[in-house]
Amino acid sequence: MDALGSYSLLLAFCFCLYSILAALIGHWKQKPLLQQSAERAVLAACGLVVVATFCLAVLLLRDDFRLAYIASHSNRALPVYFKFAALWSGQEGSLLWWSCLMSLFAATAVAVNRRTHAHLMPYAVVALMAVLLFFLILNNFAVNPFRLLTADGPRGPEVFSPPDGGGLNPLLQHPAMVIHPPMLYLGFVGFSVPFAFALSALITRSKGEQWIRITRHWTMIAWCFLTIGVLLGGRWAYAVLGWGGYWGWDPVENASLLPWLTGTAFLHSVMMQEKRGMMKVWNMGLIFATFLLCIFGTFLTRSGVLSSVHAFAQSAIGPYFAVFLSLLLFVCGFVLLRRLDFLKSENQLDSLASRESSFLFNNLILLASCFAVLWGTLFPLISEAVQGVKISVGAPYFNKIQVPIGLFLLFLTGVGPLFAWRRTSMESLRRNFTRPLIFGALVAIVSFIFGARNFYALVAIFLAFFVIGTITLEFFRGARVIRQKEERNWAGAVIELTRRNTRRYGGYVIHFGVALLFIGFVGSAFTIHEQAEVLPGDQVTVRNYRFVVQSLDQQETDNHIASQARIDVFRNDKFLATLTPERRFYKASGQPTTEVAIWPHLSKPLEILQHPHADIYLVFAGMAEDNQRAVLQIYINPLVLWVWVGGAVMVFGTGIALVPSRPPQPGRPTRKRKPTKERDEVAA
Amino acid sequence: MRGDKLKFVASAVIILGVLAWLGFTGVQEAKTYYVTIPELYAKGNDAHNLRLRVAGDVVPGSIRREGGKVRFRLHQGDQTLDVIYVGTEPLPDTLVDDAQAIVTGRYGPDKQFVAQQVQAKCASKYEALPPGAQPEKKSPDSY
Repeated sequence: MDALGSYSLLLAFCFCLYSILAALIGHWKQKPLLQQSAERAVLAACGLVVVATFCLAVLLLRDDFRLAYIASHSNRALPVYFKFAALWSGQEGSLLWWSCLMSLFAATAVAVNRRTHAHLMPYAVVALMAVLLFFLILNNFAVNPFRLLTADGPRGPEVFSPPDGGGLNPLLQHPAMVIHPPMLYLGFVGFSVPFAFALSALITRSKGEQWIRITRHWTMIAWCFLTIGVLLGGRWAYAVLGWGGYWGWDPVENASLLPWLTGTAFLHSVMMQEKRGMMKVWNMGLIFATFLLCIFGTFLTRSGVLSSVHAFAQSAIGPYFAVFLSLLLFVCGFVLLRRLDFLKSENQLDSLASRESSFLFNNLILLASCFAVLWGTLFPLISEAVQGVKISVGAPYFNKIQVPIGLFLLFLTGVGPLFAWRRTSMESLRRNFTRPLIFGALVAIVSFIFGARNFYALVAIFLAFFVIGTITLEFFRGARVIRQKEERNWAGAVIELTRRNTRRYGGYVIHFGVALLFIGFVGSAFTIHEQAEVLPGDQVTVRNYRFVVQSLDQQETDNHIASQARIDVFRNDKFLATLTPERRFYKASGQPTTEVAIWPHLSKPLEILQHPHADIYLVFAGMAEDNQRAVLQIYINPLVLWVWVGGAVMVFGTGIALVPSRPPQPGRPTRKRKPTKERDEVAA
Repeated sequence: MRGDKLKFVASAVIILGVLAWLGFTGVQEAKTYYVTIPELYAKGNDAHNLRLRVAGDVVPGSIRREGGKVRFRLHQGDQTLDVIYVGTEPLPDTLVDDAQAIVTGRYGPDKQFVAQQVQAKCASKYEALPPGAQPEKKSPDSY
């Protein structure tokens, strides 16, 4: 099995190389058959990488500890789904997983577009395979997941198999970890397809907007996976790390955020090119940057460049990535410069209050945010290079700059979609914004009366409800028009409205999710934290919550030993729930972890102002000095739930936007244009 | 048309200016110097004015909990540093005897390092294994 995996990887590498050469020569010499064989080689390479990944998965499930990777990332008592997740929990495995997903994306993109866009295929194949080739070089020659453990025997080195593996890092033994990396990787590799087609369109000077149409769905899918990946990462951190938050501006987290920011900017500004033929160079730059940041993110998290600043992980793959990134940067920059003439803008900016300018601001802000995150993340490296001292900047820096940026973005989320292309009249501004503004202000005032005294939080509440107001108004107006023409109830009218223009209304749903996300962020301004040392029978009171410790005891499974606290939670003397935070000791790795107990407390609608939804978050932090009392960390985290709900709504909205629009059914009266005439209907 | 373009450029400059200022002051507030324990002592009195991040190994038997605070001692070679942890986050599970730890905070005039943040890595387990990426406290090893 390990031999099969090894040889598959090697063969995939050969096919990959062949595919690049065949595509290039086939294109230059105009040999269609050679081009076709290049495309088939893509499929073959994909099949082989999948076989290799399958082999590693089977070996993991079989506990084959002869493999160094398996011996250090799994153990016999590990639950089956974590054994499978061990596939992507270490360096070698996760890079193989990268190759696997990458090859699947490449094969699908080639299979779908080979006939319809034959003229773009050669260079797209070259670009996709060049990326895959790089990862296959790593898989084969730098960090081979099928490397066997050897020991010096009497007749030279011999393969040996330890009785049990070292175990999966306990921090990674969490359900979110099973699904989070695949999602994030799908996002990362997904951007390789728009990247490849953009590069190909640029090299072949094919008609400007074509690559955008081909790759629109790919970009949205990749973006969607990236969104899920980033949020699940936050969910994982929240549930496992036990510091009460979900985002700590850690380099690893930042690495996943960077391409998300540029990808979001790209999704918006690409509309300028579709509608108005503007921003062509910019869009090319953005998609290149997004893909480069995906690779860069993998590099940051995999190479240990930044961790090594902390004197932690070390790795040999840093130089490989550095060379590959420089190559990519050189190719992108070179092609872009050579084709500048081809990317001339067809239109100019007309007015400050226009859709175009709101997109420009959106891009400006997203890129500023991306730059600020990058700057803060790389600060230790930059300062060492410039001043010779390592200086890091932590969460305070990021929060200081990112909070205003986020609020400005939220503002644009509300106003942008309602601005018309070219120019917006005062009259339309009044019609669209008066009521949402009043709505937002009212909610903010009520929050202030009920005790919210944080400036940024109040601004965020105001803006979030303003955005929700504008979106509701849009749906309401559209649905009303449909109802005037057809016999439908409100729900039916909203659904029909959405189906007629999925792209636009899906976009609104995504924006609605963003507003919910920000409501969730607001909660972090009102987190309450207490620490207590407790014995069974003790009570701790935090605000109007009361925590009664029922028992402290021990439980054992094959995989770990757990000290568990059973705690009853009351609010205003009303029993809410029994929570059981644990402190686990994993047998295989010999490492302790804390299992946080999180209870999302949903308030009834009428209570919501006095008691907003709050997570009760309990951590069994360890035993006190006397070894009798347990150290308990108690967090009350208001509104966190909305972060996850907002994320789910964003994903749902992306799903809607991916469905093709359906024109009004023939036979039914056609809907008239909506009263907001200046606005271009966004065609599907 | 020209006026609008000018307005756009002006607003963009103002926004970027504000962000740059926020970024600059943010760096000033949050910047933390990486030093080794000998470097910290070599800084003399200057060390008290900076936010510092110091790495070292936990001296066995030195971890003590006192009320809400935790004291321990780090060493690098034969030089040691007394640390008192006053942060709000629970200490990492990996902070045990002989663990490699990184503490972030300030060096007080009473020769104690007041740490707001502690990161730690278990030293014992991974030494025998091939050099793969192992996470620090907040870094998932999965990307």
